[in-house]
Amino acid sequence: MKIEIIHESKKKCNFALPTNKVETIKSGIKANQIDAFKNKKRQRGVIDLITPIYVVGRASFVGKKEKGGPLGEYFDNVVYDDKNGQNNFEQAEIQLMKDATLTAIKNANLQHSDIDMMLAGDLLNQLNVSNYAARDLSLPFLGMYSACSSFTECLIVGSAMIAGGQVDTAVCSVSSHFASAERQFRYPLEYGAQKPPYAQWTVTGGASMVLCNNPLVTSHREHADNRSHKGGVKITKAMIGRVIDLGTRDMSNMGAAMAPAFVDTLLRFFANTHTNVADYDLIVSGDLGKLGSDIASKLAAEKGVVLQKNYLDCGGIMYAHDQNAYQGGSGPACSGVVINSYILTKMLLGEYKKVLYLATGALMSPQSCFQGETIPCISHAVLFEV
Amino acid sequence: METIQSDMQVLADSEQKNKMQSDRYNKFVACISPKTSLTKSLLHSFVFGGAICVLGQVLFECFLMIPNMTQKTAMTAMLMSLIFLSILLTGIGIYDNLARVGGAGCFLPITGFANAMASASIEFKTEGLVFGTSVKMFSIVGPVIVNGVVWSSVAAILHYVITMII
Repeated sequence: MKIEIIHESKKKCNFALPTNKVETIKSGIKANQIDAFKNKKRQRGVIDLITPIYVVGRASFVGKKEKGGPLGEYFDNVVYDDKNGQNNFEQAEIQLMKDATLTAIKNANLQHSDIDMMLAGDLLNQLNVSNYAARDLSLPFLGMYSACSSFTECLIVGSAMIAGGQVDTAVCSVSSHFASAERQFRYPLEYGAQKPPYAQWTVTGGASMVLCNNPLVTSHREHADNRSHKGGVKITKAMIGRVIDLGTRDMSNMGAAMAPAFVDTLLRFFANTHTNVADYDLIVSGDLGKLGSDIASKLAAEKGVVLQKNYLDCGGIMYAHDQNAYQGGSGPACSGVVINSYILTKMLLGEYKKVLYLATGALMSPQSCFQGETIPCISHAVLFEV
Repeated sequence: METIQSDMQVLADSEQKNKMQSDRYNKFVACISPKTSLTKSLLHSFVFGGAICVLGQVLFECFLMIPNMTQKTAMTAMLMSLIFLSILLTGIGIYDNLARVGGAGCFLPITGFANAMASASIEFKTEGLVFGTSVKMFSIVGPVIVNGVVWSSVAAILHYVITMII
């Protein structure tokens, strides 16, 4: 029986595609689609979302040190205990991500069952934190890793899935924890090692954003404040970054490693959308730190792009000078919590209309760095508009 | 075949170009990155390291005052007290703050070794007594032990050979 069926299907296949027909199909594709392809090539690399994707809910959880920083007043949810009521730092971070995700869903006035998919990323091996958080939240889950730019990666994939009509709502979460990152990438916490002045401090926090194709579902809190713009903040464009490696080897100097990736994506975004710095109210980089953003400004200036007043770095503004954080914050949660609280709040207040957000990630592992490899870096861009 | 070869050529060319670019960039980064001040580091190390040594000397003198105490036993007791203090300060989270300022002054004396072992065993306690504490305890001090054994063996052999000749 089986053999016959296979034979039949083969036969059918042979009958369906006679040689002359194949040619006509090919030429048909050529005639119709070459123009379309050429048109597309002009905006190559830019993900132009056909329908804008709305940010309907957001939450950011931070630790004690971040709350004490200059942006402290913007963070609503603070975890004062380093272990977050858990047994160890990894569990604390899992709890942070779960809390952030659930709070974002709650802020969006949605139920757990309304969420179609969860995209999450963190710094630990095998996406430890995201996987355990997703286990406990039991949502359809994709793990995203591009180090500190994981949040933009989540947003890009999430909004592309929604724009493609595959899902209606997606929750994007990231987290990082100073103690767990320190243990994985550096030394034990209590070990008396000196850090170089260009080092950065991993932000303890969790950030989560709910994306939806429907603007009517707006956050409960934003309604209560009565400040919400019609439809709230939306994502309209995005760009996937290239892996850039200019050959830096120092694991402590991540700002210098990541700055070229940031500039590359920024310039490609400007070139492919035919815009320049003046077209945006704010350009936000992820966690370059003070040194990294200086280097980025210099590199961009070499290419004729002047980053001045409308440029800020989330890592650079995260901590005050006297907080002993060296060049500033780092980690996926660093830009995540700043975007979620400070930037989006200001956008809803009408201060900024168009914000280009480029998080940067250093994709190194301590093993390859000890083996003498250089640090590959990436930066993805997301454009927020009110 | 030709296209593949030309592609390889392009790749090789870009590799060379990348190397030049990376050299230039690394120089630029080294130039712009803030550096630690040598005099400040040396001064801090001297003060902190000196203070630990003074403390050791004071403890040694105190132990010598105990009747029937030999020099050798007093020395051992002094080292044990320093190690105990270091581990205590590590456990309550003070030693790393001191070492952040003290640098090599806190790292070189025996207290630094004790801190490195204690901090690793505290850190990895969560992974259990065998795979956490026991395995990871030597993760930082391992190189010290290995180098200590290797170079003292070399020194011993040299000493033996030289005394044979003379």
